[in-house]
Amino acid sequence: MAVYKRTYKSYSGPLTPLWSRWMIVMRFSYQRLVGIKTNLFLLASLISPVGFAIYIYLAHNASVLRSFGGGAANILTVDAQVFLNYCVFQNGLAYLLVAFTGPALVSPDVVNNAMPLYLGRPLSRTEYVIGKMGVLVYLLSIITWIPGLILFALQASLAGGEWTRANLWIAGAMFLAPMISIVMLSLIALAVSAWVKWRAAAGAVILGIFFLGAGFGAAINAILRTHYGSLISLSQVINTIWAGLFRRTNETGLEPLDAWNALAVACVACLWLLFKKVRAFEVVK
Amino acid sequence: MAAVIDLAGLSVRFGERDILEDLRVSVSGRTIGLLGPNGAGKSTLIQTLLGFVPASSGTASIFGHDIRREQGAIRTLVGYMPENDAFIANLSAVTFVRMMAELSGLPAEAALERAHEVLFYVGLGEARYRMLGTYSLGMKQLAKLAQAIVHGPKLLILDEPTNGLDPPARQRMIRLISEMREEMHVVVCSHLLRDVEETCEEVLILKQGRIVHYSNLEEERRANKRFVELETFGDDRGFAEELAALGCECAKAGVSRLKMVLPVGFEVREIYRVAAERDLQLRRLNYRRDTLEDIFLKAMEA
Repeated sequence: MAVYKRTYKSYSGPLTPLWSRWMIVMRFSYQRLVGIKTNLFLLASLISPVGFAIYIYLAHNASVLRSFGGGAANILTVDAQVFLNYCVFQNGLAYLLVAFTGPALVSPDVVNNAMPLYLGRPLSRTEYVIGKMGVLVYLLSIITWIPGLILFALQASLAGGEWTRANLWIAGAMFLAPMISIVMLSLIALAVSAWVKWRAAAGAVILGIFFLGAGFGAAINAILRTHYGSLISLSQVINTIWAGLFRRTNETGLEPLDAWNALAVACVACLWLLFKKVRAFEVVK
Repeated sequence: MAAVIDLAGLSVRFGERDILEDLRVSVSGRTIGLLGPNGAGKSTLIQTLLGFVPASSGTASIFGHDIRREQGAIRTLVGYMPENDAFIANLSAVTFVRMMAELSGLPAEAALERAHEVLFYVGLGEARYRMLGTYSLGMKQLAKLAQAIVHGPKLLILDEPTNGLDPPARQRMIRLISEMREEMHVVVCSHLLRDVEETCEEVLILKQGRIVHYSNLEEERRANKRFVELETFGDDRGFAEELAALGCECAKAGVSRLKMVLPVGFEVREIYRVAAERDLQLRRLNYRRDTLEDIFLKAMEA
């Protein structure tokens, strides 16, 4: 029978498991969010991994390098610093992607009062947040640690088993470092999206958090002759944590433990702000 | 009949303010009207039942599921249409309703099929591919209704369903509610007495966070059929006494006016017979039926 001829009847079919509902939020949010512009951005973001792949290939193919000139073969080396540089570059792109897409995640639901509709169903606030965050984690993973691990695999295949065994920790850092950044960026984007209704303003706030934080941090450091000002600069905090993960020299002056604490405080603050808005009703005081 | 909603000393407090105080009632009707003046606690009661607002003391259950411990089960069984505009602007109606169905647990294919079905059912079939942001207020109300019923709930909670609707749209909403009560229990929360009177068989009236009246409207109406108001013309001396001798309780309600409570089994034609024997004209004979407005006003005075 045609759908339009049917009358209302109750549903008695099977139900999906409760734990899987956050994936529905993620799927529909992804569909709403990702269009041609985002896809083009994702595609452009994969240019640099291709560049790094070429670099790794050239570093292992001296004959090709010699055709470019005599000394180049000695300059190109693949070590933790190369992978750290890759992460830093891709993280910049991830940051732009978050500023571009993040504001559209929660604010339409808050503005249009859709929260009671979500939360009036078997879906908790936490699952809602996980679903929304999942979109950003997925998008950012595509341009950060997934190609990063492919690059590591390429290097491992070209350098051989001995190098791989000695540098397996780099693979861990290649996954952990971007993931830490992804989680922090996603939480900031969701918190800002929940509080700032206007999309352009929310994007500006996300950018401002990093730039203003870095500026104020530097000012505090200069005026008070300390390095604790860097704690309010999230990029410095991330750099400190990454330096530890990639076993490089920490140039920010921050202690790794302080950086981890600052990161935890930032994430908890974002969650607190987020859960203040992700609720089915407004308390009028 | 098993209780649909059972309130067991339910209280809700926001800061120092008691919003709901020790609500105790067991509601089992097919359609239940939740009435009360603004600020009586109607919406808070609904939000507490859905688990949005925590109860400060006492508890409640829906179809036997405790609101404190079994929120997931309750939300699967309940469809909720909020009072205010609630939608997702950049989604088409069919995608929106489908998403809500999937969130209620329907598999993707069934959700899509039922989204189309319910949108046709509520009258949005032709507009189902339009973005919700472009809908008129009446259409948004219908879309909210569609998302509330798409998963086939056992209990449908409608918070001010006719808010902002023009008369034809209101009529349509009332008709839909009347039809749907065949399939599910319906709670209509409204301050519009006419809406509740037209759709509900039971009514629960709240005032300042307390239950001041709970009754079955049908039973009240049946009971009120025993009350009669009479207006006569002519010499009515002894008329009331003769009717009293037949078992009626009579009281003068002014010149040539009588109010009576008829005994069980008493036929109204007896009144006409007695009047005819006395050559008394009956100018008016009314069953004095309590309207919902009477019930509401009495409850508010209590």
